[in-house]
Amino acid sequence: MARQWGMVIDLDRCTGCEACVVACHAENNIATVGEDQAARGRAMHWIRVERYWEGNFPNARVIYRPVLCQQCGDAPCEAVCPTYASYHNPEGLNAQIYNRCIGTRYCGNACPYNVRFFNFYNPVWDKPLNLQLNPDVSVRSVGIMEKCTFCIQRIKVAEFRAQAEKRPLKDEEFNPACVQSCPPKAMVFGDLDDPASEVSRLAQSNRATRLLEEVGTLPNVIYLRSVS
Amino acid sequence: MAAHSPEQLNQDVLRPLVRTSWRFYLTGGILGSIVLAALAAFIYQVYAGIGVSGLDRPVFWGFYITNFVFWIGISHAGTLISAILRLTDARWRRPVTRCAEAITVFALVIGGMFPIIHLGRPYLFFWLFPYPSERGIWPNFHSPLLWDAFAISTYLTGSSIFLYLPTIPDFALVRDKAKGWRRKFYGFLSLGWTGTPRQWHRLEMAMRIMAVVILPVAVSVHTIVSWDFAMAPVPMWHSTVFGPYFVAGAIFSGIAALIIAMAILRKAFHLEEYLTPFHFDKLGKLLLLMSLVWGYFIVAERLTVWYGNESPEMAVYWSTQQGRFTHLFWFMVFCNLVIPFIILSIKQFRNSITGPVIASTTVVIGMWIERFLIIVPPLERKYLPYSWGTYRPTWVEITITAGTFAAMALLYMIFSKLVPMISVWEMKLGWRQEAESPQLVTSEARLTGAVPSADLPAPEN
Repeated sequence: MARQWGMVIDLDRCTGCEACVVACHAENNIATVGEDQAARGRAMHWIRVERYWEGNFPNARVIYRPVLCQQCGDAPCEAVCPTYASYHNPEGLNAQIYNRCIGTRYCGNACPYNVRFFNFYNPVWDKPLNLQLNPDVSVRSVGIMEKCTFCIQRIKVAEFRAQAEKRPLKDEEFNPACVQSCPPKAMVFGDLDDPASEVSRLAQSNRATRLLEEVGTLPNVIYLRSVS
Repeated sequence: MAAHSPEQLNQDVLRPLVRTSWRFYLTGGILGSIVLAALAAFIYQVYAGIGVSGLDRPVFWGFYITNFVFWIGISHAGTLISAILRLTDARWRRPVTRCAEAITVFALVIGGMFPIIHLGRPYLFFWLFPYPSERGIWPNFHSPLLWDAFAISTYLTGSSIFLYLPTIPDFALVRDKAKGWRRKFYGFLSLGWTGTPRQWHRLEMAMRIMAVVILPVAVSVHTIVSWDFAMAPVPMWHSTVFGPYFVAGAIFSGIAALIIAMAILRKAFHLEEYLTPFHFDKLGKLLLLMSLVWGYFIVAERLTVWYGNESPEMAVYWSTQQGRFTHLFWFMVFCNLVIPFIILSIKQFRNSITGPVIASTTVVIGMWIERFLIIVPPLERKYLPYSWGTYRPTWVEITITAGTFAAMALLYMIFSKLVPMISVWEMKLGWRQEAESPQLVTSEARLTGAVPSADLPAPEN
């Protein structure tokens, strides 16, 4: 049975600590590009914490919003890729096939969330950082796009294990790195098609919103936020 | 002014094919070194990675795609204009069509290179084409970039045929007059043309078919180029006006390029008797018309955005009206509307050759800026303000851009040394038709040099 992977992020819980960003870098072999390149807008963070201020000092309030690939149900990035490098997998993920990408960067333009990242140069890891690369995740080369995969390597491992043990996959049996590392437990990951899962229960909350819903992308990431 | 005679015409038009001055080599050398610099810059970019350009996130497209759209637009000079003039049988077209059709082919070749230059992995560009693969992999026909690949290759094929067909009798003429390697070379190009009625009939049929076929192809090409933008949900890209807006802009910049090319050919090859102020006047009027059409489109686009007042679009709108692109925007309006309107709507200015050439130069500059302003400001201000960005080109992009202008001029120069730049047989045909039916001899035909003007007062030059 095909699952629809989704995520709920509770903005009322998020403290903006950016542990998710660090965990994501470590898990997915995301290169750090250095100060100069980052200043030119070429930093790669598959998940970022956006900060917004409401009100004026001293009554200001900060809102943090972690933004990662929204794994859209109707993704603008997929249709525009001429080589099918950006495609929709049966479990609702916007997958990126690195080997098939020729670097038109059209997907990056089409994405309303700016969560697709381009390798402007070949990534380098200074020794001994090269030793901490995750062997389950391929390292991307120059000229191709990369993006959040919902830690597809973890999804696959869990699915294969459940299959081998001839049992259904349990809810919250595994988590993407960002969810796993979130100290205030603001993020919940799971199957949106399973009505019993925690993620689909939270998705029904009256605090639920989706980012840029008006663009019509049908995101699978749901934000919870109380309207004060 | 000397009387026009077929012999004189042969001499005037074929002279550049055999006689080359030192100026040609000097200009060619300068242009060639600019092209080589651009080539070196491209090789450096492939070697080091596309990071040497000024592109970043979220501005993933910059100068290269600007050049792409610009050159595909210039390519509409030829085929579209010459096909329309042929179909409507505008008599004054005869000395103009060849110059126009040649622009199309070279501008397309140059424009078509840019989607490859801008790729992250340019050596894999052939993945855009559906070729038999043992893995059964097929390109994605939903992608506007794929439509581009097909549209441009169709247009390039069509316009090459459209350029080639009417040159066949001229190649045969050169073959018959030439000796040595030229005889062989033009003999090969003329495909055994002997000028039998049967051959003439076939040529005319083929040209008529091509003129009809190429029109929808030309319109569709720039529409599809516009859809590269209009299909993506980016503020101020996602607009239904883009198709006709881009086609109008393409014809606009195409006419401007044609006027510049004609003025240069006229001076360099001493074709003053054939490319007369009358032609520049006619093309100038066409340029003025397209300038107003372009103005109409930009007002339609901007007014609807402003009136609609949607916040993502307004962010882009204000960055071109009150932000960092304001000066560029109004400079574009100055180049594309103000200057052409002043010069081309006043008869004295339009009738001189300098007038239309100045207007065309500003239009070419203005249209390049227009392409840039369509592409970059929306990408800089895309939805979430947290990930807004800026774009600044680097020397690599500027060198490659300069190189393409040089490449265009160089290709056109070399072409003009190999092919008669005025269609000799069409000129002669026009003279004969008008000699046979004198009622067709209008003042227009006289001015264009379509009839021998010995017994008529010469037009002011």
